Amino acid sequence: MYETTYHRASSVDEAAALFSKGSDAKFLAGGHTLIPVMKQRLASPSDVIDIGKIKDLIGVQLSGDTLVIKAATTYYDIMTNADVKKAVPAIAHLTSVLGDPAVRARGTIGGSIANNDPAADFPAALISLGATVKTNKRSIAAEDFFKGLFTTALEDGEIITEVSFPVPEKAGYAKMRHPASRFALTGVFVTKTKGGDVRVAATGASQSGVMRVSAIEAALKSNWSASALDGVSVSASGLLSDIHGSADYRANLVKVMAQRAVQAAG
Amino acid sequence: MGMEGIGASVVRKEDKRFITGKGRYVDDIKMVGMTYAHFIRSPHAHAKVKSIDSSAAEAMPGVVAVLTGKQIVDDKVGNLICGWAITSKDGSPMKMGAWPAMAPETVRFVGQAVAVVIADSKNLARDAAEAVVVEYEELPAVADMPSALKPGAPQLHPEAPGNVVYDWHIGDEAAVGAAFSKAAHVVSLELTNNRLAPNAMEPRAAIADYDAAEEHFTLYTTSQNPHVARLVLSAFYNIAPEHKLRVIAPDVGGGFGSKIFIYPEEMVALWASKKVGRPVKWTGDRTEAFLTDAHGRDHISKAEMAFDADHKMLGLRVKTHANFGAYMSLFSSSVPTYLYATLLSGQYNIPAIYAEVMGVYTNTTPVDAYRGAGRPEASYLLERLVETAARQFKMDPAELRRKNFITQFPHQTPVIMAYDTGDFNASLDAAMKAIDYAGFPARKAAAKAQGKLRGIGLSCYIEACGIAPSKAVGSLGAGVGLWESAEIRVNPVGTIEVLTGSHSHGQGHETTFCQLIAERLGVPISQVSIVHGDTDKVQFGMGTYGSRSAAVGLTAILKAMEKVEAKAKKIAAHALEASEGDIVIENGEFKVTGTDKSIALPMVALAAYTAHNLPDGMEPGLKESAFYDPTNFTFPAGTYICELEVDEATGKTSFVNFVAADDFGRLINPMIVEGQVHGGLVQGIGQALLEHAIYDSNGQPVTASFMDYAMPRADDVPSFKLSHTTTLCPGNPLGVKGCGEAGAIGASAAVINAITDAIGNNKLEMPATPDRVWHAIHG
Ligand SMILES: Cc1cc2nc3c(=O)[nH]c(=O)nc-3n(C[C@H](O)[C@H](O)[C@H](O)COP(=O)(O)OP(=O)(O)OC[C@H]3O[C@@H](n4cnc5c(N)ncnc54)[C@H](O)[C@@H]3O)c2cc1C
Repeated sequence: MYETTYHRASSVDEAAALFSKGSDAKFLAGGHTLIPVMKQRLASPSDVIDIGKIKDLIGVQLSGDTLVIKAATTYYDIMTNADVKKAVPAIAHLTSVLGDPAVRARGTIGGSIANNDPAADFPAALISLGATVKTNKRSIAAEDFFKGLFTTALEDGEIITEVSFPVPEKAGYAKMRHPASRFALTGVFVTKTKGGDVRVAATGASQSGVMRVSAIEAALKSNWSASALDGVSVSASGLLSDIHGSADYRANLVKVMAQRAVQAAG
Repeated sequence: MGMEGIGASVVRKEDKRFITGKGRYVDDIKMVGMTYAHFIRSPHAHAKVKSIDSSAAEAMPGVVAVLTGKQIVDDKVGNLICGWAITSKDGSPMKMGAWPAMAPETVRFVGQAVAVVIADSKNLARDAAEAVVVEYEELPAVADMPSALKPGAPQLHPEAPGNVVYDWHIGDEAAVGAAFSKAAHVVSLELTNNRLAPNAMEPRAAIADYDAAEEHFTLYTTSQNPHVARLVLSAFYNIAPEHKLRVIAPDVGGGFGSKIFIYPEEMVALWASKKVGRPVKWTGDRTEAFLTDAHGRDHISKAEMAFDADHKMLGLRVKTHANFGAYMSLFSSSVPTYLYATLLSGQYNIPAIYAEVMGVYTNTTPVDAYRGAGRPEASYLLERLVETAARQFKMDPAELRRKNFITQFPHQTPVIMAYDTGDFNASLDAAMKAIDYAGFPARKAAAKAQGKLRGIGLSCYIEACGIAPSKAVGSLGAGVGLWESAEIRVNPVGTIEVLTGSHSHGQGHETTFCQLIAERLGVPISQVSIVHGDTDKVQFGMGTYGSRSAAVGLTAILKAMEKVEAKAKKIAAHALEASEGDIVIENGEFKVTGTDKSIALPMVALAAYTAHNLPDGMEPGLKESAFYDPTNFTFPAGTYICELEVDEATGKTSFVNFVAADDFGRLINPMIVEGQVHGGLVQGIGQALLEHAIYDSNGQPVTASFMDYAMPRADDVPSFKLSHTTTLCPGNPLGVKGCGEAGAIGASAAVINAITDAIGNNKLEMPATPDRVWHAIHG
């Protein structure tokens, strides 16, 4: 790790101000992505601004049909939150299969989506549920937020403050874990919205990050059941292929995980 | 057996310091004026080093020196050696390319060091390393054996034409030919044994300290065999004569073979500490461990077995290519030859065996012994072949094995080994009972009704531990003897120090070795301490690997103990005015049988050291040593059975049950044995399902971190059901065989046999990842 200056911000405004003062500043939340990258010397921020302790960025609120998770809430706190379990149990399940206890204790939803790893779990939930990402500057629909591998709509110095999820009628998440990293080798999040729409998002599968799976959405729209997907075939083109999963295997997993997610959603 | 004697599951003495964070590993040690080394490593698999410009780095604050491969060669530090000479079929010696500690001209694998920065802190050294400019000219690389053996392939070493180190064979080719020509059935199989990265929890580390006034070096290092390290550093690397070099291996966090070898980093640290006149510390990180710790396995084999009409084995023919990586590591040459092909008879009566092994250079990390070393490769090959045969014959695989088991001992195999004892039917029976083998067909049918593919797989392994005797291994090319030494010092008031040439890096010697003393003298283990891992304290010894510490190391302690007891009895008899023959030892006392006369050990010890009243002519003191050279290997054996289910839709495997019935001879501490078996089984399962060190076609490592290299985690493995069927080893007085590697040797075949049984397709390689299994099911 190169030398850097650590700041602990106590408010979002202070964090934004500190950021603009640094020559090459970075925000720090759970640190589970940023710190390893700094240790490998692949990132060398002049200033590290810790936003993980800002009170306004921590917590969960359920009001009516909207579940709001603040950006610096840890996976563990999401996984064990009563409102999350009640409103969108699929999110509680997703966090329970995310990483390991150490990762869940520190990693945050904001850090996860800001990083937009193509195998991260949360991007699938945001896309499938039709979430909105709120920042200190604006609101961004999930669909517009994720821009391919490790890129998002965030501008320099923009801070995610919360993610708001419309409570669905049904939702489910199924994940085949990567044998080494335990990220998603392929994970699929399925949602039936209260308006009757069906949205399906897969992570870990596509070369360009989290993706909607229209063939599966169409089949589920006419028949919300795992067996409705028996005849569906997912194309392997554009899918990731590596030592742990070839593209055709991942194409198969998109379908199988979708079926299991539907079963889990009930 | 006493409460703490042989056979008692005594809690490990060493765990108090390990689990309270008080262990003392190399990296915990700090010295006054210590500097830190950071190596500059090749990013290319094969390249010429055109130039190294270190001027900017040398000008940086805190930088003490930047040293290069050219300098270490100019200073006549010796090239790395391989300590076991193998002779090819044609009588020619093996062909080795030179391996300097840092590359002066050519790099041959990613991670090979070309230079080192020595600085006041770890970070300064790393900063300066980034400022060193190394210019490379890339050369074409070969990353796998088929590419390396192609005509016209890029060549690694001028000394080894065609990238072939040796082309060796064992057994009787003509007899095997005859067996095949009269065979009623022939079964054949091609398979690979996947390359593994050892991944000890503690990465390698070294601190070298040169004392200019005494011209003396001290090396703290993560070694399984500090005396062997000192011998090699002195005799071959010209670091210092043995009496001017002290090697200390303090607490070591796992080795699995990878810490047997003397690596370039220790050599460079020693050399550099003299050059800069300050202690030099190097602590490897995980990436360096993936790149530079010797890897394990990496075989490609063809095997054929001939059977008669009654399914009795007639002959076995094996052809294996073994990948050595870019250089021959310290004992690498012996692993796919004498530690592999000599075990190809397995538990079976095979009248004729012929094996050919070709050793191959590739532009990858060097390969050497890793838990099991050759024996897992032999066992995997044979147990898959036998399973394949049973399926081909539509026979119960247990019955086919039973029909061919060796039942008479001693048994001379056609490949050197003479098995001394065993009861293979007993361990097979025990394992079959433990898993309810008879009930399997019903369970399989029930699983099928639930849409699950269930399979069962057997593995009947045998291995050879305590590699010996020295004379025999010497005649096969080993450069060392394989005995062990021990010394017992009874202190003046009766506490006991046991000095051993064995080295504990997870095995629990500080407990088990004390248990022998407790057994013999009836003293509590708290009065005994085990001293190991320091060449200044302990006389020459051979270290710990190949499951040798009980069979060889502990027997040496027993031999020394017998001498101590004999002398102590003489002293006791003299003090009690009794005859020496009437003295018995009980609960720490020397008693005259049939009387109430006794004298406690501390009084005997005190008498030995005061020397006021010793028998005429007796030397004072109570301290004895012994060297023990076994007469044969020991042969642990057993049966592992795995039952599992495969998810047809994803190819994912889930364990239903895993049973192990082992014959390790006498158990010193069953709890520690259980731990050793668990660890071994997990490594075997890791190889079968998860682990694979992979290179791309340019020789770039694909799996150089835990994000890509899948290490088994607790939830990847089942709960194991262990049992023991014991035949005592006749080759040593304790009757012990060794248990450190068995799990890693036997487990992988059981897992793969179970998966191939479940999916009904035998074409499956390790690691059987969900992707591979899914493709095996669906094409
Ligand atoms: C061993 C291991 C296993 C893992 N397994 C999984 C897994 O299974 N699934 C999975 O999804 N992930 C996994 N992860 C990644 C984990 O989820 C990370 O913690 C996550 O990617 C980043 O969250 P963080 O809070 O730690 O962010 P940090 O590391 O603190 O930050 C990551 C990036 O996001 C930026 N950032 C953080 N918060 C904000 C914000 N509020 N606004 C704007 N930018 C912000 C930072 O500046 C930084 O660039 C794993 C990580 C590890 C180490």
